[in-house]
Amino acid sequence: MTEIHVAHTERGIGVVTPVGRLTMVVTRQLTEAITDLVDGGTSKVVVDLGETTFLDSSGLGALIAGLKRCRQAGGDLRLARPTEQVTTVLSLTNLDRVLRPRASVEEAF
Amino acid sequence: MSSPLWQVRLLVVLTAVLGVNYVIWRWFFSVNWPAWWIAVPLVVAETYSVIDSLLFGMTMWRAKRRPAPPDAPPDATVDVFITTYNEPLDLVQRTALAAAEIRHPHRTWILDDGNRPELAAWAEQHGIGCLHRTADWVDRPRHAKAGNINNALMATDGEFILILDADQVPTPEILDRVLGYFDDPRMALVQTPQYFVNVDDADVLGSQAPLFYGPIQQGKDGWNAAFFCGSNAVVRREALMQLGVSRYADELERSVRTALRTARRIVGRARSGVEESDASLRTLLDSIDYDARRALNALDRGEAVADVTFRFGQRLRDAEREVARSDARLLADDLAAIAALEDGLSTDGVDAVDVEVLAATLERDWSAAGALSSVRRLVDAVDVSRLDEAQPVMPLATISVTEDMATAMRLHGMGWRTAYHHEVLAHGLAPEDMASMLTQRLRWAQGTVQVMFRENPLVQRGLSWPQRLMYFATMWSYLSGFAAIVYIGAPVVYLILGVLPVQALSSDFFIRLVPFLVVNQLLFFVVGRGVRTWRGQQYSLALFPVWIKAFTSAFGNVFRGRALDFAVTPKVVTPTEGRPRWDLIKPQLVAMGLLVAALVIGGVRLGVGQAQLLGTALNVVWVVFDLVILSIIIRAARYRGSSSVEERTPA
Repeated sequence: MTEIHVAHTERGIGVVTPVGRLTMVVTRQLTEAITDLVDGGTSKVVVDLGETTFLDSSGLGALIAGLKRCRQAGGDLRLARPTEQVTTVLSLTNLDRVLRPRASVEEAF
Repeated sequence: MSSPLWQVRLLVVLTAVLGVNYVIWRWFFSVNWPAWWIAVPLVVAETYSVIDSLLFGMTMWRAKRRPAPPDAPPDATVDVFITTYNEPLDLVQRTALAAAEIRHPHRTWILDDGNRPELAAWAEQHGIGCLHRTADWVDRPRHAKAGNINNALMATDGEFILILDADQVPTPEILDRVLGYFDDPRMALVQTPQYFVNVDDADVLGSQAPLFYGPIQQGKDGWNAAFFCGSNAVVRREALMQLGVSRYADELERSVRTALRTARRIVGRARSGVEESDASLRTLLDSIDYDARRALNALDRGEAVADVTFRFGQRLRDAEREVARSDARLLADDLAAIAALEDGLSTDGVDAVDVEVLAATLERDWSAAGALSSVRRLVDAVDVSRLDEAQPVMPLATISVTEDMATAMRLHGMGWRTAYHHEVLAHGLAPEDMASMLTQRLRWAQGTVQVMFRENPLVQRGLSWPQRLMYFATMWSYLSGFAAIVYIGAPVVYLILGVLPVQALSSDFFIRLVPFLVVNQLLFFVVGRGVRTWRGQQYSLALFPVWIKAFTSAFGNVFRGRALDFAVTPKVVTPTEGRPRWDLIKPQLVAMGLLVAALVIGGVRLGVGQAQLLGTALNVVWVVFDLVILSIIIRAARYRGSSSVEERTPA
């Protein structure tokens, strides 16, 4: 089962960590997690993909929707620690032209 | 049974050789140049028709009759979408109940763009899902059916999606029969036929398309170009989403660049209006211009778009704060301008809010503070969040009123495959009166021509040449309206004025033309496998005003930003007191009047010795042929609908 962990760094940045497969089945969970963060006043969010074993295009769509939420609230959404599969999917859809993943959660903001 | 492929190919080759031979002879040896005003249009129209038959021949070359697919994978998850806007509730409900009865495990959803509370309540009672647009769509382009489906895609999670129009009642086995094709991991979409139950054998309105949902789709399938027709198709979610995400990425960078360039222009103009003394404002505008230039350079260097727009957005916000502090009085002046801008952003309609259009709206001569705000709005609109659209990712193409063709073409461009499954698995309702039929045909034609203008298949990278030609063939066929005018006009000109567009009606002429016509009809007959193709041939000529209007309105829409007068096809008759709508077919009536007048005048001219027998006879045959073709529109105008819909529709 895929789980989505949510945490805050000491600098007040939200960290969302999907553990397992980030696919169409869990995109709503991811979107809700990000929306909850934004609604709670945290508009700077890092999605930590280090524990994500597989990412499909619906997952990408959810990341883009999350990016929109954060930006509308005056913040931003950044990706961190992409696995090889994630990097492949990002470049296959040219999404790497839009979102450049960071090497670690700390570097994201 | 079907004709062996070698027979079809032999006829294709014969048609091609004879057609090319004829048209070359026409251009180089037989054009009556002194009468160029009719001779040239005729030879152009004939060339058009020969190219049309070459494209048809190519379509038939590899016609693919697929063997039964593997069994459906039992664990495949499916969402069934029933799209509706204003169709009668009982029609939607009948389709929804049938959809719920589909055997393969699935969830059924009604996508009600009409937001009818009673439909939602009914759906809940029956355990059927009902989806409406989210708040994000308020005041944003709705994109009709494509928008409706894009909205639903974000709210559901099945691996596959069966798309049904509100009137297409599915059979219980529909998913069992087609899901097996998706064992091929690159298979994006399987289209099944659209078949109509409220049509009798005569099919006066030409609703059934047996040539299209048969040989033509099988032919396109042979080149991996089976078309998506909007309903009765199963789509792989991953393919749609991948398409949506990659379009988002590609379009975003382009619009951000346009926005930044426009921003520099706006700021530059505003700066020239600032007085020398206002040094702080000038410095500010200079710094915005500098930031915009830096942002463009960063994009050139390959920096990620999100990072560039984030940085630029922050600099802008700082600048705005400074303006508000230093020069509050200017702000009031600009409120009105900003309000006007918001109107521009909320343009509704089927067409995407084009960043170019938006940029043009924004480029007005404003004061410095106004310039800043409009730059802000502009950059926001194309920021990574695409505030000009309800949702950043639009899997189904929104460039055309017929979203299906453009979507499939893009999927093919990304290397996905499609299949055509030749078995009726849903029973639909065709328009019951000529007015609705005309609206429907106009919409299809407009949509096709829009795609041709916006994303010409001939220049789409990623498509193979046969795929490009398969898409182009369909677009080409909609140009027939212009050829029809010539084919109607040429014999009229001869019979009334005695002007012959060819040099002589010699045996050369007949030897070249007649075999081509015969073989061409034979090809139709053989590939048609006994289905009636005559109705389709009639309508391709008889609806010439529709095709021409589709062409001119799509041209105006794509290149001049005009509205298309988009209309949803009515599924049920609205009786107009039983009177035929002659007003809708005036051009055809005028054409028929001219043809009849030409017969009379031609007869008189022959009688008084002013015309040759051979020429007159030939043109009389031509005129009679035109009249027989056009006569279908009279029958259509008088058509009262098929009465027994309820009895014919399977419950």
